[in-house]
Amino acid sequence: MKDRISWPLGLATIAVLLFLHIPFLLILLYAFNTEEAAFTFPPPGLTTKWFAEAWRRQDLWAAISLSSRVAIIATLVAIILGTLAALALSRSKFFGRDSLSLIIILPIALPGIITGIALRSAFSLLGLKYSFWTIVLGHATFCIVLVFNNAVARLRRTSPSLIEASLDLGASSLQTFRHVVLPNLATALVTGGMLAFALSFDEVIVTTFTAGQQQTVPIWLLNQLTRPRDRPVTNVVAVFILLVTLLPILISTYLTRNLDDLSRTGK
Amino acid sequence: MRSLSSFFYRYQRLSLLLLLALPLLWLGVIYLGSLSALLAQSFFSLDGFTGQVVKEFTLSTYTQLFSPANLDVIGRTVTMALVVTLASIIVAFPLAYTMARAASPALRSLLYLLVLMPLWSSYVVRVYAWKLILAKEGVLNWFLSKLHLSWLSDGLLGLPVIGGPSLSLSFIGTFLVFLYIWLPYMILPIAAGLERIPKSLLEASSDLGGKPALSFWRVTFPLVLPGIVAGSIFTFSLTLGDYIIPGVVGNSQPFIGQVVLIQQGTAGNIPLAAAFTVVPMVIMALYLSLARKLGAFEAL
Repeated sequence: MKDRISWPLGLATIAVLLFLHIPFLLILLYAFNTEEAAFTFPPPGLTTKWFAEAWRRQDLWAAISLSSRVAIIATLVAIILGTLAALALSRSKFFGRDSLSLIIILPIALPGIITGIALRSAFSLLGLKYSFWTIVLGHATFCIVLVFNNAVARLRRTSPSLIEASLDLGASSLQTFRHVVLPNLATALVTGGMLAFALSFDEVIVTTFTAGQQQTVPIWLLNQLTRPRDRPVTNVVAVFILLVTLLPILISTYLTRNLDDLSRTGK
Repeated sequence: MRSLSSFFYRYQRLSLLLLLALPLLWLGVIYLGSLSALLAQSFFSLDGFTGQVVKEFTLSTYTQLFSPANLDVIGRTVTMALVVTLASIIVAFPLAYTMARAASPALRSLLYLLVLMPLWSSYVVRVYAWKLILAKEGVLNWFLSKLHLSWLSDGLLGLPVIGGPSLSLSFIGTFLVFLYIWLPYMILPIAAGLERIPKSLLEASSDLGGKPALSFWRVTFPLVLPGIVAGSIFTFSLTLGDYIIPGVVGNSQPFIGQVVLIQQGTAGNIPLAAAFTVVPMVIMALYLSLARKLGAFEAL
C-alpha cells in the first residue's frame, strides 16, 4: 500500500487541506481584531479586549447555560435509548430489523429542516408550548443515532461467548450486563455521548423550529450573521463554539484510537 | 434473579421487545408521528380570505406547489445541489486518494483527523467564517488583488445568473460555501471506497499494459463508484434542505429551505410549507433507491 505520492497529487492534497482549514485560522485571527465594524484583511491591529467584553455579556451566559443544559439532557436520553436499541439490534435478527435501523438513522439522514418543521407542526397540532423540553425532544431524536452507531460497532467486535461464559458461570443478566457488557461498551458510550453533546450544542436548523423565542448559543450566533450588531463579540463566540465542538472529536479520537468508527458515525 | 435471567434467556423475543420498547416509543411516536403530521398537513389548504388552515383533504396545495414561481425555486435548488455534488467529487478525490493509497499509517491517521475536524466542528461558525472571507474588504479579495487577479473575480461576477455585485451576494459565493461545508461528507466515503480496492487489481491492469489514466477509468473508478454515490447522498440531500447558507451568502433568490421557512413562519401557510418539504423527500427517496441499486449502502 505504500505508493509514492506524485507531486501533482501531493500539491492537490495540500490545497484541499488548506481549503478545509484556513477558515478556522481566520476565525481565530479575527477574534483578536481591533476593528469593530468590518472584516478588513489584514486586521489593522490585534487586541484581547473582546474576550473580556464577551465575558461580561449576560445574554451570552444565558445562551450558554441553555445550550449546555439541553445538550446534557439530550445526551443522557440518547445514551439510554441508543444503548437499548444497539443491544437489541446488534445480535438478533428479526422481522423489521432493517426498517428499525432506518428509523434510527432517518432523523439525521433527512435534511434538518424536515425534522424541524415536522416537530413544529406536531407541537402546534398538540397545542404544546415551546419550552426547554421541546428543544430537548428534537435534539435527543437526532442524537440517538450517534450513540447507537458507536455502540453497535463495539458490540459487533465483542465476542458473544463472553456473555455466554458469564451466564454459564452463574451470573444473572444484570450482573452480566454490569460486569461484562458495560465495561466493554464504556468507551464507545463515552465517545457516542461526547459526539452527541457536540452535535446538540452546535445544532441550529432543527432548533430554529423547536425553540420559539429561546436563544441557544448557535441561534445567538445565527442572529448575528443575519443582523450583525456586535461583530467583535461574535468573533469571540465563534472561537468558543469552535472549541466546544472540536474538543469532543479530539478526545474521542484519543479514546477510540479507531478513526474508521468515527468516520462512519453518520454526522 | 437467577430465574429471571434464565427466563430472559429462554424468551429472547420478549427480552428483545423490552429492550426495544423505549427507543421504539420515542422514535416511532415522536419522530414518525411528527413526520406523518407534516405529510397530512400538505393535503390541507389555506383559506385565502381568513388565513386559516382548512382541515379537509384537497390537492389544491400541490397545484399551488407546481406554479411557475415555485418550480423555479425547485429547479434552482436541485441545480445547485447537483453542481455542488459534482464539484465536491472532483475536489474530494485527491485528498481521498492520498488518504487511502499513499499514506503511511501515521500520516493516514493525521489526514483522517484533519478531515474529521471540519466535519465535526460547528456548522454556524464555519458559515460565519465565509462571511469574513468573502466580505468586500475581506481576505479573498485582498489575496486576489495581491496576485493581480482581481480581473478574474470581476469577470466571473460579470457573468449572468451566477454573477452579482460581489462574491458574498452571488451564486458563486453560495456555491463556494456549500462546497466547503459538505466536502468532508464526500471525502470520507470515497477514501473508504478506495481503501477497499485491492492493490493487485491495479498492478494487474498496469502489467497488462494499461496506462495510469486507463487503469483509473476502467478499474479504480467503477470500484469506487459506490463510495462516490454514498458521499453524494449527503452532499445532495444536505444542499436540498439547507436554508441558512443561501440566506447568509447569495443573491436574494430563494431556495427550497428558505421558502419552507417563510411559508411556515411569516406567511403562515403551513400546508404549502409541508408540500414543499415533500419535494426533497421524494427526490431523496428516488435517489436512495437508485443508490441502493448501485450498492452505495455497503459503502456508507
